[in-house]
Amino acid sequence: MPELTRRRAMTTAAALAATASAATLLAPAAPAAEHHHGAPDSFDEVYKGRRIQGRPSDGGGRHHEHGGGYAVFVDGVELHVMRNADGTWISVVSHYDPVPTPRAAARAAVDELQGAELLPFPAN
Amino acid sequence: MTVRKNQATLTADEKRRFVSAVLELKRNGRYDEFVRTHNAFIMSDTDTGERTGHRSPSFLPWHRRFLLDFERALQSVDASVALPYWDWSTDRTVRASLWAPDFLGGTGRSSDGRVMDGPFAAAAGNWPMSVRVDGRTFLRRSLGTAVRELPTPAEVESVLAMSTYDMAPYNSGSDGFRNHLEGWRGVNLHNRVHVWVGGQMATGVSPNDPVFWLHHAYIDKLWAEWQRRHPDAGYVPTGGTPDVVDLNETMKPWNDVRPADLLDHTKFYTFDV
Repeated sequence: MPELTRRRAMTTAAALAATASAATLLAPAAPAAEHHHGAPDSFDEVYKGRRIQGRPSDGGGRHHEHGGGYAVFVDGVELHVMRNADGTWISVVSHYDPVPTPRAAARAAVDELQGAELLPFPAN
Repeated sequence: MTVRKNQATLTADEKRRFVSAVLELKRNGRYDEFVRTHNAFIMSDTDTGERTGHRSPSFLPWHRRFLLDFERALQSVDASVALPYWDWSTDRTVRASLWAPDFLGGTGRSSDGRVMDGPFAAAAGNWPMSVRVDGRTFLRRSLGTAVRELPTPAEVESVLAMSTYDMAPYNSGSDGFRNHLEGWRGVNLHNRVHVWVGGQMATGVSPNDPVFWLHHAYIDKLWAEWQRRHPDAGYVPTGGTPDVVDLNETMKPWNDVRPADLLDHTKFYTFDV
């Protein structure tokens, strides 16, 4: 029984992975390779009283910024982040000051905001 | 011919006229279009994709043209005005006359970073923060807190000595003059000054602080100085580079100007020294 259960679980996981791959392939012009090779892990924490989250994502050209590949949120509002060639990160609220990880960029944003709400990306 | 002067040498009348022209562009809505354009480029320029305004060889000609547009807008208000430059390697403390109430005003208060004096303080009512990334509507600064020191003259010299304009992969990972001046690599000149000022200057909407123009006018002057020292070194790449603006390719958003058209600043303005 344990064997069967584990096999079923593995089959389900494989199906989920296949679904995820198909979804990625459908996203136009997204740098898909980056999503699955080298994208940082997700995170979710409360930092200085605010919820910060990060996860790999297919920007999909939703915004006027670049395709992305990783999405960060502060209290549910997306923070525009960018990865540099050397693997460091910046965000739109600290754009000239690279930090090692997207979580560090999210924390730097919370520091910078001093409690202010983040606005959705400007509709240029 | 426009002469760009060191901000430290401006007369009281020159400061007054510069500030008035900037405030008029803010009042008539033209100023915020510059902020919007800059933020659009800073969010879309990426190391692995198309890059034009930043983290690429065209960082320098792009900002040269961007400043020319702004300077021409100022001159449409007051023909006597030219962009001053801020040599932050010399005027490197919060006590510099740049930050006095008769010019740009000083640093922000500690509680919320709000600038409390000068013509751009929120309380004066003439400087609403329209193009922004967060809820705060007032100009903020935190001079010298996120990073303690502005670049020194010796650090500037070390970058001016670099004899190659730019190098593959032509992004934030490059060696060479452009990327060391921009600051993604090495002693860090341009980026560090944005961080030193803090507030909006540290964000993608950095032109919300008028010091943006004085900072970039000095970066632009350092490019001219580099050309004087390295007369045989030119803009690169010179052709066929994906995602990068080659010497004779046109640049967005203008689409009618090439780096080649912007290498010689004396067609447009000269410097006081």
